[in-house]
Amino acid sequence: MEIVKVGMADLKITSAPNRLRTTGLGSCVGITLYDPQKHLAGMAHVMLPSSDLSRGPINVAKFADTAIPELLRRLEGEGASRTRIVAKMAGGAQMFAFSAQSDVMRIGPRNVEACKAVLTQYKIPLVSEDTGGNVGRTVEIDSLTGILYVRTINQEEKGI
Amino acid sequence: MERPIQFFESAQLDVLREIGNIGAGNAATALSKMLQSKIDMKVPNVKVLSFDEIEEYVGGGDRLMVTVFLRIEGDVPGNMFFLMDVNSAKNLISYMLGADENQEDFDELEMSALQEIGNILAGSYLSSLADFTRLSLQPSVPAISIDMAMALLSYGLIELGRSGDYALVIDTTFIHGEEQVEGHFFLIPDPASFTTLFNALGVPL
Repeated sequence: MEIVKVGMADLKITSAPNRLRTTGLGSCVGITLYDPQKHLAGMAHVMLPSSDLSRGPINVAKFADTAIPELLRRLEGEGASRTRIVAKMAGGAQMFAFSAQSDVMRIGPRNVEACKAVLTQYKIPLVSEDTGGNVGRTVEIDSLTGILYVRTINQEEKGI
Repeated sequence: MERPIQFFESAQLDVLREIGNIGAGNAATALSKMLQSKIDMKVPNVKVLSFDEIEEYVGGGDRLMVTVFLRIEGDVPGNMFFLMDVNSAKNLISYMLGADENQEDFDELEMSALQEIGNILAGSYLSSLADFTRLSLQPSVPAISIDMAMALLSYGLIELGRSGDYALVIDTTFIHGEEQVEGHFFLIPDPASFTTLFNALGVPL
């Protein structure tokens, strides 16, 4: 079993028995897509809600609206079927309590909303999530079972 | 068109290093007065880092860090972080408040003391930078959080993430009492700020 690291603004796919892990999600969202029959898993570490915000060349893994379709494309390329694929996600926290609610400070909830909207658009069911709040998260998906493990500083690891 | 930060020349990086020197030097003096003891400072590190490299640089994305964060507005928009690991923060607090620090958590008083230290240090860093460049820098009210390093630092990468996957980090380390307290200032300017900074300091673009 290999644990494949997914960096910030990065996406990867893997097959059983490997796992995908991304560390230190704050306002970013770790979104995973999983085909339970083929045991194929994909994960993106999404930083921003929409590629409309981009001012330069687009790294598709960075934005909710480009990362999810790219994950789908790669998983389907390996034999996954869109009719079986389910999504899970974690992250999208608000790490700092600023009195002024600027757009930057609201980025976590906006990332979560954007991921949900894209999933709805592609008719991918979101089967579980651990989002919001004010805690950092490290997540790992097991491509054998599809379980997404979520770890925070103060709580026991949990599987969702 | 702005020059991408990964292609800055050494003269430009030298100027940014000097900014780190002046800012953190002033902050170290403020801290030294506050603690009434000597503070040592390391030569600033100016690095252009990919997101993955930032994660490595801070010793892992999920490393527990005490972080005070200020957003800078004005002529040089950007982000300022004051970072310490938990041991350093505990040592600093016990030195300041004269209390024994053997609990794992930080109580409300300790949190507000740390936030205030971060505020004073970042404030003196930025005011010396404003004097030096004659630019206007308006820091936000600071916010403090204790959590995974990348979960916190990523707030400094959101704005620049819109135009690229690299950040220019000006890191200055100060040390109090043989590394019992080690703190870092990270200044991460927004990409658009460099032209203003270089112009103000007469550095050719």
